[in-house]
Amino acid sequence: MTNEPSIHVDHDEAGANIEHGDHENAYSGLLVNDAHWAFGTDFEDPLAGVDTTVPSGVDPKDLAAYCLMLGDDALVFSQRISEWCSSAPDLEEDIALANIALDLLGQSRLLLARSAAADPSLVPQLPEGSPVPDEDRLAFFREDLAFRNVRLAEVPNGDFAEAVAKILIYSTWRLAIFERLQSSRDSVLSAIAVKGVKEMSYHRDFAGRWVLTLARGTEESKTRLLTALEGLWPLWGELFETHPVEASVAAAGIGVDPAEVADEAGVILDQVFAAAGIERPERGALAGVRGERGRDGLHTEALSKMLADMQVVARQYPEGQW
Amino acid sequence: MSAETSPGSAAAGKTPATRGEWPLYEVFVRGKRGLNHVHVGSLHAADDQMAIHHARDVYTRRNEGVSLWVVRSSSITASSPDEKDPMFAPSGDKVYRHPTFYDIPADVPHM
Amino acid sequence: MTTQINENQFDATELEAQFAATIKAKDRIEPRDWMPEKYRKTLVRQVAQHAHSEIIGMQPEGNWISRAPSLRRKAILLAKVQDEAGHGLYLYSAAETLGATRNELTEKLIAGKQKYSSIFNYPTLAYTDVGTIGWLVDGAAICNQVPLCRTSFGPYGRAMIRVCKEESFHQRQGYELLMTMMRGTEEQRASVQESVNRFWWPSLMMFGPPDDDSPNTEQSMEWGIKTHTNDELRQKFVDMSVPQAEALGVTFPDDGLKWNEERGHYDFSTPDWDEFWAVVKGNGPCNEQRVAHRKRAWDEGAWVREAALAFAENTAADAADTDTAADTDTANTADTTNTTAEETAK
Repeated sequence: MTNEPSIHVDHDEAGANIEHGDHENAYSGLLVNDAHWAFGTDFEDPLAGVDTTVPSGVDPKDLAAYCLMLGDDALVFSQRISEWCSSAPDLEEDIALANIALDLLGQSRLLLARSAAADPSLVPQLPEGSPVPDEDRLAFFREDLAFRNVRLAEVPNGDFAEAVAKILIYSTWRLAIFERLQSSRDSVLSAIAVKGVKEMSYHRDFAGRWVLTLARGTEESKTRLLTALEGLWPLWGELFETHPVEASVAAAGIGVDPAEVADEAGVILDQVFAAAGIERPERGALAGVRGERGRDGLHTEALSKMLADMQVVARQYPEGQW
Repeated sequence: MSAETSPGSAAAGKTPATRGEWPLYEVFVRGKRGLNHVHVGSLHAADDQMAIHHARDVYTRRNEGVSLWVVRSSSITASSPDEKDPMFAPSGDKVYRHPTFYDIPADVPHM
Repeated sequence: MTTQINENQFDATELEAQFAATIKAKDRIEPRDWMPEKYRKTLVRQVAQHAHSEIIGMQPEGNWISRAPSLRRKAILLAKVQDEAGHGLYLYSAAETLGATRNELTEKLIAGKQKYSSIFNYPTLAYTDVGTIGWLVDGAAICNQVPLCRTSFGPYGRAMIRVCKEESFHQRQGYELLMTMMRGTEEQRASVQESVNRFWWPSLMMFGPPDDDSPNTEQSMEWGIKTHTNDELRQKFVDMSVPQAEALGVTFPDDGLKWNEERGHYDFSTPDWDEFWAVVKGNGPCNEQRVAHRKRAWDEGAWVREAALAFAENTAADAADTDTAADTDTANTADTTNTTAEETAK
C-alpha cells in the first residue's frame, strides 16, 4: 500500500503541514505516478514474485475451472454486496460493506486472471485487436450458463439482516476452505488464499458481530434475522457438495474438497448461533435441475438478470479501452 | 461515566427526531510503530466494540498496519483555559461545546 | 446534570472582542470557544450542506457501480463512492462539534429543509459521466474546497484537509478515465464529448449564484468561513479547465469562451441562471429521486440502528447484573478489541 490514510494522520498531526499547491494542482504527476488513483484499488500485488507455472500432477484445465469457480463466487457476491452502496443503515455500515465488496472483487480479479493463464481456451474471443484484458473477458463476456459460482452468491439482496446473515454464511464457509488452500501446491492459489484469509476473517467477524447484535437487539431485529436465515438456509448444503473438478484438484493437492470443511464450518456457525441464542434453521437443501447446481452452471433466475446489468457497458464496447 | 451524561441517552430523552442515535466516539490512530496515537476524528457506534470496527473501516480504510483507540466523546474530560465558554463554564470539562451532552428539559424552546 | 447559564460572569463585549481578534489573526475558532450565535448557525448550515452533498453525491456515480465496464474501474468507482460516504461522515462530525447531530441533520435533509449541491440533481446517463464528474465536478469542488482547509472553524478545516486529499485522487481518476477513453474507439470519444457537453454548465453553476446575487457571501468572508467569492472561484475554474480540455481533445459547449489578453483570463458566456434557480428550488431532473433514495435508506435502516442500541443496553445491563468483577471484564474486552484491530489490520 502506498496511499494509506495513515500517511494523512502524520500530516494531520503536524497541523497545517498541507501546502496549498498540493491541492490546487491535481494534475502534477499525472501519468507519472498512478499509484494514487483511489483507496483500495492499488492493493499490493500478492502475486509479486510468485511462481506462476502450473505445478505437475494437475490438469491445467482443472486448475482453470477451479479458479473460475472460486473467482465467480467472489465476483458475483461482491457485485451483490456493492448494491448496498448508498443504501446501508448508516454511513459506517455503508463503508464497511463497501470494504467487503472491494476485498471480494480483488480476490476475484486474481482468481480469474489465474484461470485465464492456466487455460486460455476458457477466455471468450473478442474481435481481433480488442484491448479487453482476460479478467474482463471472463467477467463481462460469458453467459450465465458459463458462470460457476454457488447460488448463495447470486441470490438477490434482502434487508440488512439478510446481508449480514449471507456474509456470515459465505465467509464461514469460504474461510474454512481458504485456510486449507494456503498450503496449495499451486503457489498462486496459495498466495491468493493467504491474502483472502486475512480479509475474510474480518468479514466473518463483522457479520458474526451483527448477527449477535440483531439476535439480541429488538424483537423486530430478531424476527428479521430469523426470517433471513430461514430464507438462506436452503443454500447452505450446496456449499459442501463436491464437484468433480474440486475432487480432482483436491486429489492433486491443489484445491480443497468442500465436503471436508462441512463439519468445521457447521461448528463455527453453531457457535455463533449459540451465542446469539437462536436455533440453526431446519430447511432442506435447494435442489438442482437434473442434479446440476451453481458449480455446473445451473443458476437461479436472478443471475442472468444481474449479468445483463453488470455486462451491458462492456458489451456495448467490445473493443473499448478503460 | 454516568449514564446521564452520555450523548446517546441525553438525545434519547430529548426529541423523537434524535431517538436511537448511536453515541459519538473519538478515534485515535497510531499510524506506525514508534508514533503516538493521534486523534483523527469521530464516528458513531452503539458500543465500544462496534466503535473499533467502525474506526477500522472508516479511518484506516483498508489493510493498514495500525493500532486504534476509541473512546466515548462523553468520557473525555477536557481542560483548555484558552477556550472560554461562559455557557458551560461551571461544568466546562467536555471536549465539545455540544448541547446534546447536556440534559436540557424538553420544554425549553429553541434548543 | 443541569446546565448553568451564567452569562454575567463574563463580559459579552470582551468575548466578542476576543472572537473578533481570533478571526482577525487568522487563528482558528475551536469548539469550546465562545462564538456569536449567527456564526454558529451559518457554519452549521454550510457544513451540513457540504456533508449532505457528499452523501447525496454518492448516488449519481453509484448508479454505475453495477455496470462499470472493467473490474479495475469497478473497484475504483466503488472505492470512490465509499470515500464520499467517508467525507460525509467527517463533515457531519465537524457539525456535531457545533451541537448539530447527524440524526438531526439527516432528518432535515430528507424533509427537504436543508440543501445540497445542485449538481447532484442532474442525471448520470452514461458510464462516461463517472469520468466527467471526476474531472469537472470534483475539479470544481476542489476549487471550492481547498480554501476551506483554512476556514476559521478548526474542526471544519481539519475535515476539509482530509477531504481535499482524497478529492484530488478522485479528480485524477476521472480525468484519466476520459483520457483512456479518448485513446479508444470513435464511439468512446463521442461519448466523452457528449458527457462533457451535459456537465459543463452545471459545473460552472456549482460555484453558486453571481456575487451580486449572493447575500451571505460578505458576512461569511468577514468571518473567515468563506475566503473567495463565487465569481472569483468560477473564473479560476474556467481558466484551469480550458487547457485541460485541449489536452484531452474535447470542447466546451460555449461559443463565448475565449482568452482575454487584457484581463489575463478566459471570457465565458453567462450560465443559465433560470435553470440554476429551478434546480435549486426543487425542479431539477433528479431532486425528488435523490432525496427519496436517501430517505428510503434512512427509514429502512431505523430498525438496525435501534437494534444496535438495544443490544448495547442489553449487554451493559447483563454485565452489570452478573457480578462485581464487571470492571475487570470491561477492561479485558477493551484489550481484546484493541488486539483484534491491530491484528486484522496487518
